[in-house]
Parts: sequence; structure tokens; C-alpha cells
Amino acid sequence: MNVSTGTSLAERVARVAAVAEAHADEVDVKGRFPAEAVAAMRAERLLSIQIAPELGGEGAALAEIAEVCSRIGQACSSAAMVFAMHQIKASSLVSHGGDSPWHRAFMERISAEQLLLGSATTEGGIGGNLRNSICAIEVEGGRCRLEKDATVISYGANADAILITSRSRPDAASTDQVMTVFTSDQYTLERTHVWDTLGMRGTCSDGYLFRGEAPAEQILPKPFAEIAAQSMLATSHLLWSAVWYGIAVNAMARAQAFVRTAARKTPGQTPPGALRLAEASNLLQLLRSNVVAGLKEFGAAKTEPDRLSSMGFAVAMNNLKVGSSETILTIINHAMLICGIMGYKNGTPYSLGRHLRDAHSAQLMISNDRILGNTSNLLLVHKQDTSLLG
Amino acid sequence: MKQKIRELLAKHGGLAVAADQIADDADLYAAGMSSFASVQIMLAIEEAFDLEFPDSLLNRKSFQSVAAITRTVEGLVSGAEAAE
Repeated sequence: MNVSTGTSLAERVARVAAVAEAHADEVDVKGRFPAEAVAAMRAERLLSIQIAPELGGEGAALAEIAEVCSRIGQACSSAAMVFAMHQIKASSLVSHGGDSPWHRAFMERISAEQLLLGSATTEGGIGGNLRNSICAIEVEGGRCRLEKDATVISYGANADAILITSRSRPDAASTDQVMTVFTSDQYTLERTHVWDTLGMRGTCSDGYLFRGEAPAEQILPKPFAEIAAQSMLATSHLLWSAVWYGIAVNAMARAQAFVRTAARKTPGQTPPGALRLAEASNLLQLLRSNVVAGLKEFGAAKTEPDRLSSMGFAVAMNNLKVGSSETILTIINHAMLICGIMGYKNGTPYSLGRHLRDAHSAQLMISNDRILGNTSNLLLVHKQDTSLLG
Repeated sequence: MKQKIRELLAKHGGLAVAADQIADDADLYAAGMSSFASVQIMLAIEEAFDLEFPDSLLNRKSFQSVAAITRTVEGLVSGAEAAE
């Protein structure tokens, strides 16, 4: 894929990953936004790769974007997660905004100005279920107004625009939601919660009181229920899993380097960590197969709205998310056992503390318990596909 | 059949409006039906009409409105009769 810079996507991503890696520890320690990595993404025009070529992008498939997430995830989880979340928002625009003149023009702006998209789907009082809103958008005289107690807006202070959910009107049911694009000149953010966390510290997912006003045409023309079912949930689970795979791959690489160094020092003897490394390799392969199968499933279902909103697809994506978020913890823990104190300590070539802390977010961002609860409900009527190849 | 479906909706739908007043083609999800509630309705319909939804019909569209549910169930009932 040749673009303006005249180099391949892989080469552009490698340059971004190098920048992300150079600042990863500082981003983590200070809990600051990975500004250098995001600047590099802009310089390499990665923020618009998903957008159609006629709107200034490259029309990248989700599998290609997942590869980028994984590559950057090997360098800096926070930078990779910011990239993934931006692309998840972009997928909502690409999939559901193509028929709307305002959203088409906005996609052109994203390409031209390399705008970073943020997301505000959580709200105080909804109990973590993003398919419910308390706040409602008010439309009057062609303008829309929204105030939302958004308990989490990842990199809210650094986003150029925020895609925000709300009820579609003041008398709508809590599940009757829309998603609206507000550009940063159209809203104010009053910080209500500080993101000081165990891991994923650089996503700066502070809480804010959001107050915005914009032309009503910026409301996405499809119900949010459809956007969530057809693009957002699947792309979230797939791109998050790709980031997590990246974290696990880097932990595995460190553990393997540790074992190889030990093996070279003691020829003829297998180092004690080698067996664990074989186990980790096995788990990493399972994880990778899981993500690749999910991407393949999405690629096949993408052009069929019925398949995308089917129970079988929802179960597959739920299983992907739960499986990959649990497996990475086991892999990184194996890596820690292999590297021992050198892995436990910060500042060594084998340090794994950041990986382990970042990886712990995976089970929580959309709680696995909530997802398993949803799957168990679906399985009351959905029958598992009993064929091997599907 | 439609009456029975409305009864089941009233009982399991968790709708923000009364199930006997909602229009045939109104979007039930927009009226407050959650994913959990939609599965409860599917189960109740399977029990009430003694049928089983094949996976190909387990999607949003089949259960989006009273009219859609009626069509889905009618399709299954007439299919079963034709097979007898």
C-alpha cells in the first residue's frame, strides 16, 4: 500500500512503534499522554488509514488495522490503545456515516488534518452498560445540545473530536440512543475524575462533565443500537485483542531472550525456563489463532448486516474478548516466572511489570463478567456451530 | 398469534410503553427492549408456540417489531405444517 510518503504501511508503523517504545516507560511512570507516538501516527498519516480513499484515506481493512495495533502494542500499550480506540470510532463513521454529507466532509477533515477521535460512551449511573444512557440530546432549531457526566473519556483532553452517546430525545427510553460527533471547538470538558491507575496509565482516561453544542446534522443518522451491534462492539473486541496480543508478544520476546542468553552461557544444558517458554509459546499461538479467526469472521460478515447482528457472531466476539484478555495474563505471568527477578525489576531488558499491569486492564474494559453474562443469556436460544470449519 | 405475541411482550419485553399500544412496525429495541429481554421473549415464544428458532433467524431484524416477530413465527409455523 503506497501512499503520500511512498513507503509501505509496515515501514510507517515500524517508525511509529520505535517512537512509542522510546517513550513507553516515561508515559507509564508519569501517567502522561503518549504525545510523541501520536505525533508520529499523524506524521505517518495512520489516523486516516481506515477512511475511504475518495475521502483522503486508504480504505484499510480491519485486519490491517489490527496488525498496526499489535505492532504498536509491542512497544507501548497505551499508545496502541489510543490508536485502537481512535480506529473504533473511525469505524462507526466509516460504516454508518457514509450517506451523510456532514460526516463525509468530517472524514475528509480527519484525513487532511489527522484528527484524533475520542469516545464518551460511559456515564455515571448506568452501571457500566454502554447500551443505556441517562443524558439526552436536545435538538432545537437545527442545533443540538448535550450535557453528559462522562465518568471516562479516554485521552479526552487530547482528542480533536469526541463521539458521544446519549438518548435520542428527552422523552426517549434509556436504550433509544444516538451518537453525535462534537469537534473540540464545540464542547467544554470539566474534569471530575483523575485517571491514576495500575496500568494503561498513558490513555489518560479521566472523567469529565461534557457540555457541547453543535449543528444537529452532526448526530449520526443511524440508531446507536445499530452502530454498536454492527461496528463498534466487534471492532472493539478485535482491535483490543490485537493490542493485547502485542503486549503478550513483547513479554514472550523478553522471556525468550532471557532463556537464549542463559542457554548460550551454559552449552549442553537446557535452561530451567525453557519448558515454561514452550508453554507460553503454545498459549501465544492459541491467542493468535483466536484473534485471526475473529478477524476472518468479521471480514466475512462485514458486508452482511444480518450476520453482523446475529447471535452467533455476538457469541464469537464475546468469546474472543474473554479468551484473549484472560490468556495474556497467563502468558505474561509465564514470562515473569522465566525471567525471575530480572522480569520483576524495572529498568532491565527483561522487565515485565508494565506489561503485567497494562494487561490487567483487559478483563475490566467491558467487564468479562458482564460479557459472560451476556453470552450465557444468548446461549439459552443460540445453538453452537458444530462444524469444525464453520 | 399477534395477540399472543403482544401478551408475551408485555410480560417479558421490559418496554417503556404498554405492549398493547405499540405500533406493529415500531422498533422494540428503541422502545426499551434489552438484549436480555429479547432472549426472554424468544424463549417464551418457543414455549408458547412449541417451536425452535433456527440460528439463521436469531438476529436483530427478526425481533425488531411486533410485525417482524409475527412474520418470523408465521414462517416457522407454516414451514412446520408444510413438512408434515
